[in-house]
Amino acid sequence: MGRRAAAIAGLAEWRPQRVWDRPMFMLEACAALAAEAIEDAGIEKGEVDGLVIPPVWESPMFGPSAAAEYLGVRANFGEVVDLGGASGAGMVWRAAAAIEVGACETCLVLCPTVPPPPPEGAPDPGRLRMPAYLGGDAWGSPQGQFEIPAGLVAATPSFAMVAKRYQAVYGLREETLAKIAVHARHNAQSNEDAIFFGKPITVDDVMRSRLVCDPLKLLEVVMPCFGGAALVVTKAERARRGPHRPVFVSGFGEQVTHKSISYAPDLLDNSIRAAAERAFGMAGASRAAIDLASIYDCYTITVLVTIENAGFCERGRGAAFVDERDLRWDGGDWPLNTHGGQLGAGQPGLAGGLGHVTEVVRQVQGRAGKRQLPRCELAYANGTGGMMAEQVALVLEGA
Amino acid sequence: MGVQHTPEGRPLPLPNPTTRPFFAAARERRLLLQHCPRDGWFFYPRSRCPACWGADWEWREASGRGVIHSFTVDRVGHLQPLRPLVPYAIAIVELAEGPRMTARIVDCDVDALAIGQEVAACYEGVGDTTLVHFTPA
Repeated sequence: MGRRAAAIAGLAEWRPQRVWDRPMFMLEACAALAAEAIEDAGIEKGEVDGLVIPPVWESPMFGPSAAAEYLGVRANFGEVVDLGGASGAGMVWRAAAAIEVGACETCLVLCPTVPPPPPEGAPDPGRLRMPAYLGGDAWGSPQGQFEIPAGLVAATPSFAMVAKRYQAVYGLREETLAKIAVHARHNAQSNEDAIFFGKPITVDDVMRSRLVCDPLKLLEVVMPCFGGAALVVTKAERARRGPHRPVFVSGFGEQVTHKSISYAPDLLDNSIRAAAERAFGMAGASRAAIDLASIYDCYTITVLVTIENAGFCERGRGAAFVDERDLRWDGGDWPLNTHGGQLGAGQPGLAGGLGHVTEVVRQVQGRAGKRQLPRCELAYANGTGGMMAEQVALVLEGA
Repeated sequence: MGVQHTPEGRPLPLPNPTTRPFFAAARERRLLLQHCPRDGWFFYPRSRCPACWGADWEWREASGRGVIHSFTVDRVGHLQPLRPLVPYAIAIVELAEGPRMTARIVDCDVDALAIGQEVAACYEGVGDTTLVHFTPA
């Protein structure tokens, strides 16, 4: 069984950088990523008839048409996806589903996160400033009235409250969380593009790093940066004629329940459970059969609760699972985020989330370079958006 | 736009027609929540009950008591204007009536807080606005 009508044929990915030296408007970055991705996939520009993109900065309204116009594409499927960190994974299944139902044949997934050139005389926006309110300050926003004034802003306090509750309910040694960060950094040493390439860390380093929001420490928090990533999704038969091994989007699932962590139905039992159940069921695949897990890792705790909720272990056994497993690419019994994840490679905005999919594509296509796994036929990738709010699961497999 | 700021930059809620009764009651140091005849209490204030979408809810005064469902101590001050207050505690409080509400836990030793601890609502006037916090009961 499983859905094997649509496949990923190629990709583009830019090296994450703290300071971006080539300012570009978002539409310009979309065009650059699109050109690189179709070249990689061996697809002609004229074949592209679908576009899935994040909200467009130069056109907060009518994003798909703005992108179609700029790129010169007759889009039979045009979609803006706004799922935070889950956007990349959410865009991939939308593209695959659109192809499967015949809405379009070749769809680009584009995730640029680069600064635009500054207006004449304006200060350089080349350094990233995360908006602490995350869109919660619009008129009428519940968040603006009930969370922001209480100091619940940015993301770290929300994820810290998940970790704190996990500690209280199931027990969780801080060293277990630290191990996730250490293995992510280890994997990043195999990725020359990683922000933390050349900078491995130890559990002691994590434990001694600054306490940010109890119990999360500085080295358990992603490094925001700039970058970009893109995928070409096309009909399976078209992908077979390309230069790379097609990667089927065999199963997917998504669930969204809340925006503020305050209203999460359950801090520990989250929506990735339903999303992963649907994805594995659709693919007809077993969790035990995966060769690679590519799990969204904005924080260490995100990885732990995702492993548990995605069904790789029993409820409450996430910490034991992490303790017992080796998550490293080179010889680990459960290789996780072989590129270093976002904890090791950096979080270039939405491209960080899509990076969990591009790494699977590289591994399945056998072009992961020196970190190539000896075998990668079946993989699980997921995206977590907002405050453990948007959850998307993907099961990907080689043709 | 949906948040007003004190001269020091501290964000304060900007009530709207739906939420105004909650903030008006807070000024009188009362915690006012909505109650649906079928599904009971809910928070935050909404035009319709999120469980049944019914519009026949009514405002009721809640006890102001609850327990800490989870919390964190912000050691760096993610909300810049609150940096003079670090370390400060932010909690999701499970109210005795059932709904969860996020608030700061004030007048406490932040290193002695615990999940499950009983807390009670307290109020801080900032200009014309009254903020709802909680403090150990």
